[in-house]
Amino acid sequence: MRIASRIRLLAGLLTVGLAAAGCGGATVDTGTSSAQPSAGAGSSAPAAGGTVKIAINPWAGYEASAAVIAHLLEDKLGYTVEKKELAEQVSWEGFENGDVDVIVENWGHEDLKKSFIEEKKVALEAGSTGNKGVIGWYIPKWMADKYPDITDYKNLNKYAGLFKTSESGDKGQLLFGDPSYVSNEEALIKNLKLNYKVVVGGSEAALIESATQAQQQKKPLLFYFWDPHWLFNRVELTRINLPPYTEGCDADPKKVACDYAELDLDKIVSKRFADTGGKAYELVKNFKWTNEDQNSVANDITNNGMSAEEAAKKWVDANPTVWAAWIPK
Amino acid sequence: MTSQAPPAAPVQAVPPAAPRAAVRPPRWVVPVAGIVAAVAVYLAFRGAATLPHDDDAAPFRFVNDVRAWVDANRNQSPVFLFFVNYVRLFIGGLYDTFLLALQAPGWAGLIGIAAALGWLAGGWRIGLLSALGFASFGVLGLWEASVATLALVLTAVLLSLVIGLPLGIWAGHSPRLRRLLSPVLDVMQIMPTFAYLAPMVLFFQIGPASGAVATLIYSIPPAIRIAALAMEQVSPTAVEASVSLGATRRQTLFKVELPMARATLGLAVNQTIMMALSMVVIAALIAAPGLGSDIIRGLTRANVGLMLPAGIAIVIMAIVLDRMTMSAAARPPYPVTGGRARIGPRLRWAVAAVLVAAGLALGRVLPAEFPEEWVLRFAAPVNEAVNWAKFSWYGVTDAIRNLTTEVLLNPLQAVLTGAPWWLVTAVAIAVAWRTGGLRTAVVAAGCLSAVALIGLWQHTMETLTTVLVAVALTLLIGLLLGVAAARSPRFAAVQRPLLDAAQTMPAFVYLLPALALFGATRFTAIFASVIYAVPPVIRLVEDGIRNVSPAAVEAALSCGSTERQLLWKVRLPLARPAIRLAANQGIVMTLAMVVVGGLVGAGGLGYDVVSGFSQRTDFGMGFAAGVATVLLGILLDRITQGADRRPSPRTSDRTTTRKKRIA
Repeated sequence: MRIASRIRLLAGLLTVGLAAAGCGGATVDTGTSSAQPSAGAGSSAPAAGGTVKIAINPWAGYEASAAVIAHLLEDKLGYTVEKKELAEQVSWEGFENGDVDVIVENWGHEDLKKSFIEEKKVALEAGSTGNKGVIGWYIPKWMADKYPDITDYKNLNKYAGLFKTSESGDKGQLLFGDPSYVSNEEALIKNLKLNYKVVVGGSEAALIESATQAQQQKKPLLFYFWDPHWLFNRVELTRINLPPYTEGCDADPKKVACDYAELDLDKIVSKRFADTGGKAYELVKNFKWTNEDQNSVANDITNNGMSAEEAAKKWVDANPTVWAAWIPK
Repeated sequence: MTSQAPPAAPVQAVPPAAPRAAVRPPRWVVPVAGIVAAVAVYLAFRGAATLPHDDDAAPFRFVNDVRAWVDANRNQSPVFLFFVNYVRLFIGGLYDTFLLALQAPGWAGLIGIAAALGWLAGGWRIGLLSALGFASFGVLGLWEASVATLALVLTAVLLSLVIGLPLGIWAGHSPRLRRLLSPVLDVMQIMPTFAYLAPMVLFFQIGPASGAVATLIYSIPPAIRIAALAMEQVSPTAVEASVSLGATRRQTLFKVELPMARATLGLAVNQTIMMALSMVVIAALIAAPGLGSDIIRGLTRANVGLMLPAGIAIVIMAIVLDRMTMSAAARPPYPVTGGRARIGPRLRWAVAAVLVAAGLALGRVLPAEFPEEWVLRFAAPVNEAVNWAKFSWYGVTDAIRNLTTEVLLNPLQAVLTGAPWWLVTAVAIAVAWRTGGLRTAVVAAGCLSAVALIGLWQHTMETLTTVLVAVALTLLIGLLLGVAAARSPRFAAVQRPLLDAAQTMPAFVYLLPALALFGATRFTAIFASVIYAVPPVIRLVEDGIRNVSPAAVEAALSCGSTERQLLWKVRLPLARPAIRLAANQGIVMTLAMVVVGGLVGAGGLGYDVVSGFSQRTDFGMGFAAGVATVLLGILLDRITQGADRRPSPRTSDRTTTRKKRIA
């Protein structure tokens, strides 16, 4: 008797629940917080335009681009910007349930594009950022001067002893950055038969610090790095020549044995944002600047003690002609 | 462990001689022979049958396939359409509701409400503490983030209590249910927080909902356990009396048992909140909003100045909620008659109402957002200080790090990863057998073979190395300070508040100083886990030594033993159960921290978990690494708890195990 009444209650609750979602069950994009990304979800802020959710990936260049876009959205177009501290690939998942509207600097990720843009159709490409990006292995320049043949990957094993640390044991150390960065390092070491071990520094900051020390104290260092980056203006670095990139040589992540491709960095937005984002979407689509622009803002954030907002404001104040072209009419 | 046990203490009754073995070899023979054999086998077979790590192992690919299936079917499969997605919606909605409710009164209003709640819970002191604490979130420039964190904590705690308390109360009445739940809760409690982030993303995707579920899983065990304990502690006579007066079961429960268990139930709420607070930070890795996001931001940029304010805000939130719930639980349920005059209930509520009204009224006058001018910014000086410390202590920190790494970590790791897997397993089984008997040995064998089967042998051994080194250091420091505190009341008095503060802090906060001083290496994780795990160890050791029966101490003294003899021959041996418990706690806490250390260069399983939720191709590996940490946790927990349960001349009293549950 008691149990029967409980079951009836449960059934009732279920019915209500099902009715709420139109009897079709709940798909991942059903939900209050994500239904209207640009219709003022944040109730406390009296924003004119609504809220834009920008993913923040963990490197200064990305933060610089995001800060400038955010500043323009808030200051010139009256939107509220929510910045979400997320790793690269995790950000893409946010397109599906509405937690992320914009990724402002995407490094390739052909597999994610295939899955989220072509198959699930929850995201769209929103054009180039104007930045050219390339990842590679670097050493401080003094090492290239001292050991001229070290820049060829074939000779790396000869010098492995130089790069030994307490973390890498009896192998040479290849210092890597944040665990979430685009990486072929393990596969490269294996497939090129290098006597090296990837040691994860954990962050962009760890790479910068090691590189700076390597120059100042003439310490050997082999590390993963990328351009655009302000560090190239401060520390002289030389790139190791890995087997050159050819179309498709990186198709299977486990079998990669070639250098990274030079990428045209681009912006990715969620489908919903593209449909309903209005001027905010237009601005994101129009955003395009140079590596120097990005480096100057990133440099201010990292080295000149400015917050991302302050650095963005400084750049915006100094370059009105550049961003004026991005503002939708 | 027993091999090193000192000869029987002078005062202790001589244990009855074993009935059968008339002539027995000395006790050390078997372990020493075992060690010699293990070393010989290691030397003979070193490098053979190791299980080197392979990123592409079959179990990882299997999990990746499962993920691909879930990805493809999230909007088709009925399990998702009619269950999982609803759970996600419901919890997400709950979080939104809490967030709106907390934002609605504005910042001044919320401070007023906090003050009122503090006042109601524990008088003006707690009221003031709450008001200042909440105001500090604004001063730190983290008002929005703090409110989001609070909303997430409230969501998780509410769900934990709604599920946990009834379950606990039921378990308190039904020994069968308790037996059923106990192993499950054991696993939940030793499961490192990191391990269940990947499955959360798989089912609930990123965002507040999955953050809340992860927090819920982490914070529910104390709710269940302590509620069950509360029911057990209710005096049976009172229940008897109530039943014999003709009360129904429902009446007995609501009118007798629950009111009598009020204080302990309060403790359950308190512990649940504390656990939730330490988890919400980690949940930021899967896009849970709030303060955790700032801490992650600082960690990924190795910028202490960025994360310090968020760390402080979390600690303050922990202290405020801790004191508020503790004093609410300690209040007598009904006004005490007689004694000193108390403030009447009407006046209490009136004061609370005034506080709320004052806050809301101020909110009308003051700007809607916390004024920028009142915000204290200290990121720059903090970073300068950190740089200074890093630069000027570089020689010392670098030497400590390299010494530990070269002398302890690398050799041990070489042995564990270089030995054949069957040898390591055999040694683990032997140790487990000795400390806990057949059942523990079976568990050890099962855990290690499972680790080997899921393809994570090498990384598990690496993590085990780090844990062992960290535990050794933790126990060493914990024993020294614990003994010192037990012997000198003055020292104990100085140390106690420090320990109190340390134990309210969420685990993540400890990564800050470690990262600042040592950069991202394995040693960083060791350093962080030592400072994380030392306080409870000190406390347990101190309690254990203090609780040694005064009669035994007296007897030893009257036999003319010196202070040193007293410590080594009487106090430490008699405090053995407590010390074992301390070892157990130390190991479980260290493991949790070492895994979190994957974020700051600890490598091993923790790193696999981290890269598992940041690199899609590694998802399977990360998932498996989560499972492997749980297996490793069970293994270490069983071995050390087995030691606790092992029958000894002085049967360890039950209260110690009980204390552990609460701790």
